[in-house]
Amino acid sequence: MKFIHYIEKISGVSIYGLVSLVLFASIFLVMLLWSVKADGKMIDEIRRIPLE
Amino acid sequence: MQSAHLLSRPSAGSQTEKFYYDNKTVKWFAYAVCVWGIVGMLAGLWAAIALYYPQINLGLPATTFGRMRPVHTNAVIFAFVGNGIFMGVYYSLQRLCKARMFSDTLSKLHFWGWQAIILTGAITLWMGKTSGKEYAELEWPLDIAIAVVWIIFGINLFGTLLKRREKHIYVAIWFYIATWVTVAMLHIVNSIELPVTLWKSYSWYAGVQDALVQWWYGHNAVAFFLTTPYLGLMYYFLPKAANRPIYSYRLSIIHFWALIFIYIWAGPHHLLYTALPDWAQSLGVVFSVMLIAPSWGGMLNGLFTLRGAWDKVKEEPVLKFLVVAITCYGMATFEGPMLSLKNVNAISHFTDWTIAHVHIGALGWNGFLTFGVLYWLVPRLWNTPLYSKKLAGTHFWIGTVGIVLYAVPLYWAGFTQSMMWKSFTESGQLRFQFLETVTHVIPMYITRSIGGALYLSGVFLMVYNLRKTILKGTFVADEAAEAAPLTQAVVTHGKPYWHRVIERRPMQMLVMSLIVVAIGGLIELIPTFLVKSNIPTISSVKPYTPLELHGRDIYVREGCYLCHSQMVRPFRDEVARYGEYSKAGEFVYDHPFQWGSKRTGPDLARVGGKYPDSWHYNHLLDPTSMSPGSIMPSYVWLFDHEIDTVHTYKMIRAMQTLGVPYPDGYAQQANGDLVAQEQRIRASLKADKIGTGPNKEIVALIAYLQRLGKDIRTAPKGQTASAGDGSALMGN
Repeated sequence: MKFIHYIEKISGVSIYGLVSLVLFASIFLVMLLWSVKADGKMIDEIRRIPLE
Repeated sequence: MQSAHLLSRPSAGSQTEKFYYDNKTVKWFAYAVCVWGIVGMLAGLWAAIALYYPQINLGLPATTFGRMRPVHTNAVIFAFVGNGIFMGVYYSLQRLCKARMFSDTLSKLHFWGWQAIILTGAITLWMGKTSGKEYAELEWPLDIAIAVVWIIFGINLFGTLLKRREKHIYVAIWFYIATWVTVAMLHIVNSIELPVTLWKSYSWYAGVQDALVQWWYGHNAVAFFLTTPYLGLMYYFLPKAANRPIYSYRLSIIHFWALIFIYIWAGPHHLLYTALPDWAQSLGVVFSVMLIAPSWGGMLNGLFTLRGAWDKVKEEPVLKFLVVAITCYGMATFEGPMLSLKNVNAISHFTDWTIAHVHIGALGWNGFLTFGVLYWLVPRLWNTPLYSKKLAGTHFWIGTVGIVLYAVPLYWAGFTQSMMWKSFTESGQLRFQFLETVTHVIPMYITRSIGGALYLSGVFLMVYNLRKTILKGTFVADEAAEAAPLTQAVVTHGKPYWHRVIERRPMQMLVMSLIVVAIGGLIELIPTFLVKSNIPTISSVKPYTPLELHGRDIYVREGCYLCHSQMVRPFRDEVARYGEYSKAGEFVYDHPFQWGSKRTGPDLARVGGKYPDSWHYNHLLDPTSMSPGSIMPSYVWLFDHEIDTVHTYKMIRAMQTLGVPYPDGYAQQANGDLVAQEQRIRASLKADKIGTGPNKEIVALIAYLQRLGKDIRTAPKGQTASAGDGSALMGN
């Protein structure tokens, strides 16, 4: 079995890039928004977990 | 939207449960850290000395640089740091989850399985059983064993998370989850290989693809084995040692997601100016530069945690170690993106600069963080204060001076090498022979080994200190704890809280992490596998002959790629020194690729036909006879050992399976061709008054070396780009 090039005829490889970037950007934005908006009390509660 | 989250504390009237933390497994991992740390660093010191005193190998194959170096890297990465990760995870995870580890049996299997792999790994590497891919040298049976033990660790990790009594999953655990899932993915993808014998396999990928997969793995082994799990440890042990919460939990969340996503893309920065397609190189550079943001976010988060507590740092050796570790993390993660800029990389790559950079991370970040955690952990496990804080302080200073003495000479050596390689006379000739650039940096190598020895002596001090602590304490095998089970009570905080979908759910976190890290990998890897135009073929490039294949196996076994690259970059000096720059199409039959990452010796991509067979014969017998001042060891055993022609059939069949176009039925007649080629080489040696017996390994190795770079010389025009004016300066 030859592993290389065996599905080379697939066109529009760039779609992988686009979909991936959109996926990442979405996950990252959601996390960013959450971390900014998350309730302060709860955040404080979590950050103290190691000290309990 | 209704904001709510589930209570994690005992609600009024809820019953607390009594349970015990398992300290025994933590203890065993801590012991393993100390033992393998010393073994790995001794191997490193040995290899460092071999660079200026090659006779240290005592004439034995196992102790030459080419075999000691993988033992060193594997031991310090997977044994020292690996056990350090497990020690820290098994301690912190139980506390962060308020639960004992999921299964004591799995903990035992994990511990002993990992140690067995390390021991077998060290022995097989010394024996020369290697896949020839840096940081992934272990052969296929061990690759399978690693996957099995990793799954055992995963079941134990996720099992504990599922039975936890703390609803929130603290950020340290996020890093552990990402580590587990990504290492699993990297290991499996990079280890796809075709077994030929019990201890020999060929990489499934070839040439450029193999290089891309390997450095996607190699870089992310740094990211997800040496960095993310240790960041998890930082987020747990730094607050514990400083007795204050992490500076910004919000920042830690951003740090986590940005880091795991961006890291996975950066691998191609190890292959700048190589035959890797340009788009992949550019992608690697862009993401490497972006990486500085989350890395420094994490570093600052760590250092700011100590705001107002710097007086404690003066008193407490644990904090001293942690502060220097985090600072070294910051330095290494600033330098990393700089080194991935193409103009800086053009200077640094293949030189000792890379080794210096790596050791800022290894000695500073991983080493010091491990020492800090050990100094914090051992007194707690044995319920007694540390035997001597003063001794720990001495260790800190010896270690710090050791790091400086190690790194500074190597930075100097790296820069010097590059400048000398690239130096031309006014008449346009290369100013220095390669050998001159080697002998010039030997004083730096000596100083580096003194730095390494100092660092190692600090480790001995630590082991003594910890041993004394252990002797005066009483080990707490099962530490009693109490916590309320998770309830379904809902508490509101008045603000929207919609992150709970993943924040408290380990399985979802696993899937999300996998998606995030797989994205980078897929984008990098898929196009090179799919788009043929990424690797233009060169019709004159033919598969290796059976004898050359045997020679190539010897080249891999002896770790030649650890000192010699096979990649001429398109620079004036390299083309002048070595010949036409390397093309992607030249490596299509290389399973595995042998581009290398360091030039302690010269590049060999175009060495074929440059010297007569007798030159190679004499050079491998006594390198200084051909290159006075050479630091290459003598390979005397190649003159006695014989190649095993019984395996030729299997080797050819394996290559055919991998897509190398040998004619049908060629495996049966391969040994006939092997003997014919061998006789030609022996005759040529005889013409120079050198007599050799049949089937000697040296002849196979000469056959391979004489093949390197030859095919492209007969390539039709248009299939290779012109090498420019420089090629005429050196010729071949």
